[in-house]
Amino acid sequence: MAQRKERIDRGIKVRSDDVFVLTSWREMLYLAAPRVVPVVALFVLGLVAGPYWERVLISTCMFALLAISWDLLNSAGMVSLGQALFFGVGAYIAGTLNHYLGLPPGLTIPIATIGGGVLCTVALLPVLRLRGIYFAMVTLILPMMIERVIEATKIFGGTEGISGLSTLGNPHLEFWLAAVMVFVALFGFRRMMGSDYGLLLKGINDNDRAVMSAGMNIYHYKAQALFMSSSVGAFAGAFMTHAYQFVGMPVFALDYSMIPIASVAVGGMGTLAGPMLGSFILVPLSELLRGLGGLRVVIYAVILVVFTVGLPEGIFHYLSRKYNQFERWVGVER
Amino acid sequence: MNNEVILQAENLSRYFGGVKAVDGVSFSLRRNEVLGVIGPNGSGKTTLANLLTGFVKPSKGKIFFEGQDITGLPPYKVADRGIARSFQMVKPFYQLPAFKNLNVALLSPRVRRLAGGRYGDRDAVAKDLLEEVGFERDSWVISHQAASLPHGYLKRLELAKCMALQPEVIVLDELFSGLSLAEVASLVPVIEKLVHQGKTLVMIEHRLKELFRIADRVLVLNFGQKIAEGEPAQVMEDPQVKGAYLGSEAEE
Repeated sequence: MAQRKERIDRGIKVRSDDVFVLTSWREMLYLAAPRVVPVVALFVLGLVAGPYWERVLISTCMFALLAISWDLLNSAGMVSLGQALFFGVGAYIAGTLNHYLGLPPGLTIPIATIGGGVLCTVALLPVLRLRGIYFAMVTLILPMMIERVIEATKIFGGTEGISGLSTLGNPHLEFWLAAVMVFVALFGFRRMMGSDYGLLLKGINDNDRAVMSAGMNIYHYKAQALFMSSSVGAFAGAFMTHAYQFVGMPVFALDYSMIPIASVAVGGMGTLAGPMLGSFILVPLSELLRGLGGLRVVIYAVILVVFTVGLPEGIFHYLSRKYNQFERWVGVER
Repeated sequence: MNNEVILQAENLSRYFGGVKAVDGVSFSLRRNEVLGVIGPNGSGKTTLANLLTGFVKPSKGKIFFEGQDITGLPPYKVADRGIARSFQMVKPFYQLPAFKNLNVALLSPRVRRLAGGRYGDRDAVAKDLLEEVGFERDSWVISHQAASLPHGYLKRLELAKCMALQPEVIVLDELFSGLSLAEVASLVPVIEKLVHQGKTLVMIEHRLKELFRIADRVLVLNFGQKIAEGEPAQVMEDPQVKGAYLGSEAEE
């Protein structure tokens, strides 16, 4: 029998654009594999990693959350240069509640997540009208401002910060919780962006005036997207506070704004999965390079440049395109 | 056409610094009427459209829609009341497929209210609307990314987006600009059908020949001021209008 090559996703795509009709286990596997493999891989990694690398994985997960929250905000037309604001506010809420009121992490983290989201959203409400670089400037300035306020007024421990906070207990539990949260955020928000609600957010990103003239209050939707994004950031901050048992001015550092953006650039914008992939490359990489001393930053920067020049679309876009192009031999009847 | 006034502008003005973009323009629009707005470049036509739809707040004057004062309402509230607009510079959602562009409008509170609290099958409604404005149904065009569509289709998409909102009044800002004669000729029946359905239209146009086929009344702007209003043939005889379009002879 003669044979020809056919793309594996052909049968799936031909039948419908967005409703997948699966007719075989092979097709099911084709769709499930890119989702299941990363999940399993991360948990296996957590099981085999030693205590040191487990800590690295936890902070990687938190950077992944920040990158996802950046991408979500960007999908709704808001470019942020200040994920550190969300991170820091969440961290300080959890830290102070734990230190001054003695609340356990089981309470402080949820309170910091919601409260941090509300605080950041309210703080940025007046500038929601700004677009592009103007919105970005405000988000860049706010965390720096809060940092200086803490330094000047010496509140919440001032420059010393607050140490000796309670942990979540078991380091394995910390890792599992972090990993689960990353995937909940990833798959949850990806699903959301595929829904009608996501359609509106994409519309606002593309063309906010056209959405307005369709009778929609875009500030309403922008505020909601901002709340979701800042909650995720605040969760990451609160979680790290308890993981390190310390909260201080470094939580507002530029790292927490820049590494998520670098992750998005490396991973691929607008996919949510891309930014996560990006942080899982960049954060462990920076740990691996730690032995190099002063040259570490140079090599790190070179790798970043190589990625952005070589794959400007991002690794995730590249991989998903290649994955969709997989072919197999099928029989041809004559 | 009946005599009920649906949209009324009173002494509408908008100043940008020292520039009087629109200066004391008053007019009233009856239900199911087609009003053409013409004038040379920079005469304030687009600013007038922006004023009517809330994108620009008037410096002076008032706008009444269905008897209610809508002056200074934000654009989304104006659209929600039933004034849709198209943009001269097309504003599609570039990353979405053509028919999904309409879904944004079909998700609006107004559409849901008019349908009795349900949204219905939006994809099907969107495809029907696109077919109405001249997209080939069951072809790749309706499901292709808006970014890859040619200009003619994007203009049609603008019109379809207005129709999706099921408005009372549609403000079309230079719908025909940049289209070929054949494309304009194919759009005219679409607009005539809208009029037949009882819609009220404000058409800002440079293509006078096509406009005069459709418009019941024409309003001429020059330097932000209304210089003439009336039936197309009569307006074009007006010496001031001739002067604005052709340039008046220098006074000796």
